[in-house]
Amino acid sequence: MAQDAVHHESASKRIWTVFFILSVITIVEVFLGIVKPEFLVDTYLLRMKLLNWIFIVLTVVKAYYIVWAFMHMEHETKGMRRAVVWTAIFLICYLMFILLTEGEYIFDVYHDGYQSWDF
Amino acid sequence: MDATAVRTGTEGKIWGGGNQPLKVSYGKMMMWFFILSDALTFSGFLAAYGFSRFKFIDSWPIADQVFTHFPFLHGVDAPMYYVALMTFILIFSSVTMVLAVDAGHHMQKNKVIWYMFFTIIGGLVFVGSQAWEWTNFIQGEYGAVETRAGKILQFVNAEGERVALEDVAADIAVEREELTRSKGLWYLEEQSTLPDVSFEQVKAGFLADNNLFIRTQSQTEEGEKVVLSREESIKKLNDDGVGVVQGANLRHNEYGAPLFADFFFFITGFHGFHVFSGVVLNFIIFINVIMGTYERRGSYEMVEKVGLYWHFVDLVWVFVFTFFYLV
Repeated sequence: MAQDAVHHESASKRIWTVFFILSVITIVEVFLGIVKPEFLVDTYLLRMKLLNWIFIVLTVVKAYYIVWAFMHMEHETKGMRRAVVWTAIFLICYLMFILLTEGEYIFDVYHDGYQSWDF
Repeated sequence: MDATAVRTGTEGKIWGGGNQPLKVSYGKMMMWFFILSDALTFSGFLAAYGFSRFKFIDSWPIADQVFTHFPFLHGVDAPMYYVALMTFILIFSSVTMVLAVDAGHHMQKNKVIWYMFFTIIGGLVFVGSQAWEWTNFIQGEYGAVETRAGKILQFVNAEGERVALEDVAADIAVEREELTRSKGLWYLEEQSTLPDVSFEQVKAGFLADNNLFIRTQSQTEEGEKVVLSREESIKKLNDDGVGVVQGANLRHNEYGAPLFADFFFFITGFHGFHVFSGVVLNFIIFINVIMGTYERRGSYEMVEKVGLYWHFVDLVWVFVFTFFYLV
């Protein structure tokens, strides 16, 4: 019973900590989105603005905390975790890579062709 | 010994039932795999959005210029604040949900009831906020001119501030013949909503005022929309303009590419539907908790399962927020 109480306290403490982290990340995101610092907009990394990379990384961090802490993934067995998380990560990366590459290719076709699309 | 135990012949066999492979119950595991497949559905939508955006990377609408409203601050340019507020509402309802699950682990019925109640309220507030966001998007604010190719021309003054169609339009009488079946094709009907001003009025007003310029959909290297010079603006409007558009629907969109509106309606709509069904599921479980179903069952696992779904809805929103409003 005493052990239970200790566990309970640490569980709700963890919840509030995670809430705090998620809030701070969201505030940082909104701040960056409104201010749009020059050097982050002008710097490109792998053909994308550094600012956008920051947004995506922060989003993944948020997703990590939601899945691990709120959805209790951290307490599941390793097999369960891998079955869910790796499947999603692999398929989503694959889908993103294929569709974004294709989208960029079509942009080039429109852009470099002899047909005007802006009329 | 044989007489005391009923044997099913499946003891020790993991998949024979009764056991919990990967130490999760059947229901929880299936919820996880449903979430996985639903996550792939949403990533399919967002990947399609990314595809279209990369395809029109130099003319896609800028979210800051589209979502600028905040309740009770009419006319104030407030990009992002409202959607940030919505994000907080959803994250907070996720927190109350996980607190409910935690209270369920300790069989504290009253705590579960209260936390679930707050979760449901949070969900309803979020759905309401989304409805408000949609309303603003559909009604539009400034209006724009559409060209032959379906591109958008917006009006700005010399300071680069947007000017609404009503302010551009000249006060000239334009006759508009109503579309009736006897005059058009039998399946065509008069549109239910018409813009307040006609293209002719806007054109006349624009030509008369030297302080007006046209902002196009195209983007500069710095990611800002191109504003044409006065001569170019007049030429563009004369050559290409065909009609006016106010607000957005699936075919026309005053903010830019109609595809943007299509994806906005579809993805946020699909997410909103998930939130709504999450609220319904939460409500059913909430009633069960009040009636003491799980107290008698000796386990609040059902709360945990709807909790998983609810967190998933939050998880999706985090990504929608990033890809629609930030990136």
